[in-house]
Amino acid sequence: MVRDRDNDEWIKSLEAKGPIRESALADLREILSASLKSSLKSRSDYVDNMLDDFLQDSLIRILKALDQFQNRSRFVTWATSIAIRVAMTELRKRRWRDVSLEKLVADTNFDPVAEADDNMVPERRQLIEAMYRVINTQLTDKQRTVLLAEIKGMAQEEIAGQLGCSRNALYKLSHDARFRLKQELVKIGFDSQSFAVAFNG
Amino acid sequence: MSMTGEEIQRLLDVVRDTQAVEIDCDVCLMQVGEFAEVRLAGKPIAEGLKAIEQHLLICPECREEFEALCQAMNSIEKTES
Repeated sequence: MVRDRDNDEWIKSLEAKGPIRESALADLREILSASLKSSLKSRSDYVDNMLDDFLQDSLIRILKALDQFQNRSRFVTWATSIAIRVAMTELRKRRWRDVSLEKLVADTNFDPVAEADDNMVPERRQLIEAMYRVINTQLTDKQRTVLLAEIKGMAQEEIAGQLGCSRNALYKLSHDARFRLKQELVKIGFDSQSFAVAFNG
Repeated sequence: MSMTGEEIQRLLDVVRDTQAVEIDCDVCLMQVGEFAEVRLAGKPIAEGLKAIEQHLLICPECREEFEALCQAMNSIEKTES
């Protein structure tokens, strides 16, 4: 039976030594086990024997991050969000680890002609063509690579690993690419109204 | 190989929702618990949490993790009640 604790008690217990800490760790492990089972059970890439590793890695990560807990949610909610990040990052890594970023990008292109569709409303076609033109002429090779890999759904951890950068550095690269793309589209006349029309088509 | 219609739509979505200033995935992780509790309680999203809401629109991985968190919280709440 897991003992109920408020946020302060969780932090104090996990920062303590001896049986108090051991008891809190055992309770947290039980809570995270139930949370992960519930959130991962419908995934086809999850099998039960992964759970122990996920829990172990999650507890290590949570203990390391205790000083970052800002007391703005229940402690167990915060801890569960970290456990889910740990588990899902690992599942994504397993799924994408044999995929070459270089090959993924080489096999795909931003070719507006290839997307030609007679049923597409003109506003949408014009926006897509302009977007491809900007991607091909205004973005760096690295920005194009990141944008494409993310749109293809490749795991961020894997993209970062293959590019030799951190997940946060990757996010900045991706943001720079998206923001540049948006700015260039606005500059040539595609404002939020154009997006709305294109989306309705 | 060209992009699929679904991928083009995803690209249009992220470009439309991109903002000049955004938070990254680590900042999102530290605050997504609070955001999930507010959402599940049906309360309005405070100004300080708008950046989380915007990040979840842009980042499919954080969005997937947020949905899993809500699922876990709902499931545990049902067990407790």
